[in-house]
Amino acid sequence: MKLANETNNNHSPGPVRDEWFQWKEKDLHKAESVSRPSLSYWQDAWKRLLKNKLAMMGLVFLVLLTFMAIFGPYMSKYDVGKIDLPNQYQPPSADHWFGTDSHGRDVFVRTWYGARISLFVGLMAALIDCVIGIVYGGISGFKGGRTDNVMMRIIEVLYGIPYLLVVILLLVVMGPSLTTIIVALTVTGWVGMARIVRGQVLQIKNYEFVLASRSFGTKSWRIIRKNLIPNTMGPIIVQLTLTVPSAIFAEAFLSFLGLGIQSPFASWGSMANDSLGAILSGNWWTLFFPAFFISFTMFAFNVLGDGLQDALDPKLRK
Amino acid sequence: MLKYIMKRLLIMVVTLWIIVTLTFVLMVSIPGSPLNEERGTTEQVQKNLESFYNLDKPYYVQYLLYIKSIATFDFGPSIKQPDRTVNDLLGNGFPISFELGMWTIIVAVISGIILGIIAALRHNGIVDYLAMTIAVLGISIPNFVLATLLIQQLAVNHPIFPPATWSSPMHMVLPIIALATGPMAIIARLTRSTMLEVLTQDYIKMARAKGLNPWKIIFKHALKNALMPVVTIMGTLLAGILTGTFVIEKIFAIPGMGRYFVESINQRDYPVIMGTTVFYSAFLIFALFLVDIAYGILDPRIKLHKKAGE
Amino acid sequence: MEKILTVDNLHVTFKTYGGTVQAVRGVHFDLYKGETLAIVGESGCGKSVTSNAIMRLIPNPPGKITQGRIIFKNKDLTRLSEKNMRKIRGVDISMIFQDPMTALNPTLTIESQLIEGLRQHKKNISHRAARQKALDIMKLVGISNPEERMKQYPHQFSGGMRQRIVIAIALICEPDLLIADEPTTALDVTIQAQILELFEKIQKVTGVAIILITHDLGVVAKIADRIAVMYAGKIIEVGTKREIFYHSEHPYTKGLLQSVPRLDLKGESLTPIDGTPPDLFSPPSGCPFAARCPYAMEVCDKAYPAQTALTGTHQVDCWLQDERAKKLLAHTTTI
Repeated sequence: MKLANETNNNHSPGPVRDEWFQWKEKDLHKAESVSRPSLSYWQDAWKRLLKNKLAMMGLVFLVLLTFMAIFGPYMSKYDVGKIDLPNQYQPPSADHWFGTDSHGRDVFVRTWYGARISLFVGLMAALIDCVIGIVYGGISGFKGGRTDNVMMRIIEVLYGIPYLLVVILLLVVMGPSLTTIIVALTVTGWVGMARIVRGQVLQIKNYEFVLASRSFGTKSWRIIRKNLIPNTMGPIIVQLTLTVPSAIFAEAFLSFLGLGIQSPFASWGSMANDSLGAILSGNWWTLFFPAFFISFTMFAFNVLGDGLQDALDPKLRK
Repeated sequence: MLKYIMKRLLIMVVTLWIIVTLTFVLMVSIPGSPLNEERGTTEQVQKNLESFYNLDKPYYVQYLLYIKSIATFDFGPSIKQPDRTVNDLLGNGFPISFELGMWTIIVAVISGIILGIIAALRHNGIVDYLAMTIAVLGISIPNFVLATLLIQQLAVNHPIFPPATWSSPMHMVLPIIALATGPMAIIARLTRSTMLEVLTQDYIKMARAKGLNPWKIIFKHALKNALMPVVTIMGTLLAGILTGTFVIEKIFAIPGMGRYFVESINQRDYPVIMGTTVFYSAFLIFALFLVDIAYGILDPRIKLHKKAGE
Repeated sequence: MEKILTVDNLHVTFKTYGGTVQAVRGVHFDLYKGETLAIVGESGCGKSVTSNAIMRLIPNPPGKITQGRIIFKNKDLTRLSEKNMRKIRGVDISMIFQDPMTALNPTLTIESQLIEGLRQHKKNISHRAARQKALDIMKLVGISNPEERMKQYPHQFSGGMRQRIVIAIALICEPDLLIADEPTTALDVTIQAQILELFEKIQKVTGVAIILITHDLGVVAKIADRIAVMYAGKIIEVGTKREIFYHSEHPYTKGLLQSVPRLDLKGESLTPIDGTPPDLFSPPSGCPFAARCPYAMEVCDKAYPAQTALTGTHQVDCWLQDERAKKLLAHTTTI
C-alpha cells in the first residue's frame, strides 16, 4: 500500500538521501522564536505614516508654514499695518512679492501674520479643548455610574447648542479680540474630545491589565496616568489634528463676518473679507493668497489627521 | 420608543432654556447697556424697547417676562429699523434662507452618498483616491472662499451664472454649490468609511453566499446600515449649513435671514441678534430632535423599548 | 458512492502589509454525496480559507487562488465567471458562518432574509410559494411559531435560535453541499449539542453533504463520517472517523487527540503540543510540523513527505511511513 515517495517529491531538489533518516536534535526553542521582528505600536504607526504620501505632504507643508509664520514677516521691509494709499492694488512684483491691498499694505507680510493668527488660534483652541476634554471625559468614564450619567447628560445638552451661534453671541458681547475668539471657540469645543476620551476610557477600563492593577489596590490617578492615558493617545491625537482645522476655519469665518481680528492686524479671514470687492475689479492677488493659504492649511491638517487615523488604528495593524 | 422620545424632548427643552437664559444674561451684561443708551435711537424705538424688555423692572422680572415673550414667538423690536420688529425680519428672510438650506441639503446628501458609495466600491482604486481627494478639498476650502472663487470664475470671468441675488433658478446655482460642497464632502467620507466597514460584516458575506447579485447586496443589505451614521451627523451638518448661510447670503447679496443677521451684527442691533439667535437655535434643536426620532425609526433595535413595554 | 466535490492541489495566498501569506498550500480532498467531512486544525491552519475558496468568497485583493482546481458536478469552480458562480452559491453550495450574532442583517426581517435567496434563484416562484417554503424550512430547523417569528428582526432571537435561522437560510434552496465554518464555536455548550443534532437531522431529511470546519474534536466525534486534519496550509492526514480517532499515524494528529480530554481514558493526563505553528509568510520547505514533532528526523526539514495510503480511505503525509524510518525506529530503543 505504499507509494513511491522518493520520485514523487516536488518540494526538494535532488533525491532524498538515506543518511537523512536520523533523529533530529531536539530544539523546541527554535519553534517558539518569532521569525519576524516585532515593532512597537508607535514605531509601527510612524512607519505607516511615512508611507502615506498625502499625509507627509501635509506635514511638510505645515512645517514650512510654521517657519514662514515665524520668520516670514522679517523677510520683507514692509510693516503689517502700514497704510500706503498711493501704492494700493500693486500686482505681485519684486518689491511686493504678493502685491498690495486696497490700503497699499503688503500682502506678503500680512499673509504670514495671518498664518501666525491661524496657527495660534488653531493650536490654542485644540490644546484647551484637549485638556478640558481629557479631564472631563476621563473622570466621566473612570468614575462611571451616577457621576458618568450626570456628566453625559450635561454633554448632551451642550452638544445640542449650535456652537458658532454661541461664539458669535459671545464675540458680540465681549468685543472682538484674539483671546475672546479662543475663549469662545473652547466654550463648547471640548465636548467632542470629552466624548472620545470617555468612550476610550470605558473600553479600556475593563481590560484585564487595568482590572489587575485595580485589584492590587492601585490608586485611581495612578491607573489613569500609567494605563489609560498611554492607551487613549491614538484617538486623542487624531481628534486633535482634526480640531485644529475646524478652529482655523471658525476664526477665518468670524473674521470674515467682521467679528474677528481687526485692522490693522491681519488674519486670513479678514483679508478675504477686505478683498471681496477686489475680485470684481480683477485684483485677484488680494484674495488669492489668504484664500490659498487657509484652504491649503486646512487641507494639510485634514490629510495629516486622516493619515494619523489610519496609522494609529490598531484594527488596521497587520 | 415613547420613553426615547420623551427623553429627547426633555433634553431639547433644557437646551433651549439654556440658550434663552444665555442670551438674556449676555444682553443685560453688555457694557453700557445698549438697550438704554443706544446712540441714535429715536424716542419711538426707546419706547418700544422699554415696553418690550420692561427695563424699569428688576432683572428677575425682566427675565421671566422675556421667557414668556420668547415662548409666544415674540422677539421684540429692532433698534436700527424702528418701524420693524424682529418677527418682520424673520418673516421676510426665513423663507428664502429655508429654500437655500433645503436645496443645499438635498444636493449635499444625494451627491455625497453617491460619491461615498462609488469610492467604497472602488476601494483603493483611482476613482476612490480621486473622490476622496475631492472630498478632502471640499472639507478644506472654506465656503466663503469657494463662493468668491465661483463668482470670479463662473460669473465674472465666464459670465455663465449671475453673480448675486436670488430671483431665478440660475441665481440659485452658485450659492447652492458653494454651500453644499462642504457637507457633501463630509457625507461622502462618512458614507465611504461606514460602507467599507459594513462590507466586511458577516451578513454581507452571508448575502454573497446566498448568491445574491452585487447590486442587491449593496442596496438592500449594505446601504441602510451604512447610512445610519450619516443620519446621526445630519444635525451637525444642518448647523453648519445654517451658519454657512450667513456668509453665503452676504457674498451673493441674498435677502435671507442670514444677511439680516450679519447686518445686525455689524450694526450691533442687539435685539435682532438675540432674537435671531434664539430662533436659529430653536430651529436647529428641533431639527436635531427630528434626526434622533428618524434614527429610532430606521434602526429596528431601538424599537426594542416599545416591544418590552407592551 | 458518488463523488460531488474534488479539491485538487489548491493554493491560496494573501498579500498583506508584511508580505505574502501562503494560507493554503496544495490541499487535496474528495467529498461524496450525503457524507459529512470534518476539516480539523488549529486556528490559522487554512481551513476557513479552504472553505471560502470553494465558495469563491476569498476577498480579492488581497486573497487569490493561485493554483489548483475545485471540481463540483464536473465544473471547475476556479474557472467560473463571477456571474456563473453566483448561480452556484446558495443553490448548489451553501455556507454557514461562525457567529450567528453577526451573520444576520440587523435591519431586515427574518422573512426577508430567508426568502431573498429563493427569489434570486427561482425567478418565477410566487410570493406565496416562497413564504410557504420559508415556513417549512423554519419548522425543519426547529423554530416554533414560524408565522409570527418570520416578521421579527434578528435582535429578537437568542444566539442558538439565530444559528437555526442561519441554517434555514442556507438550506432554503435545497443545496447539495453545505459548508459549515465553525458553526457551534460561538454558542453555549448546551446549545452546541442541539445544533449538532439539528445537522444530523437535516442530513437525514435532505441528504445534503456537509463540510464541517472546526477546531473542536468533540464536534467532530459526534457528527463526522470522515476527518481531514489540516496543518500549516496542508492536509496532513485524512481518514474515516474511526481511522483518525483510533489508528492515527501522523504525530500531529496524535498530539491533537492527546490534547483533548476524554472520558474513556481516565487517569491519563492531557499532553499539549509544544511550540507554535510555522510562519506562513515563509513556510518551511520540509514538513511544517518538524519543528514541534517529537519524532522529527533530519529528512523532515529537508523535504516534504509524499502521501502514503494506509487503507483505501486513510492517507497520511509523514516520513515515518518510509521504510528507512521504520528501520530507524526499530533500532531505536527509547523515545
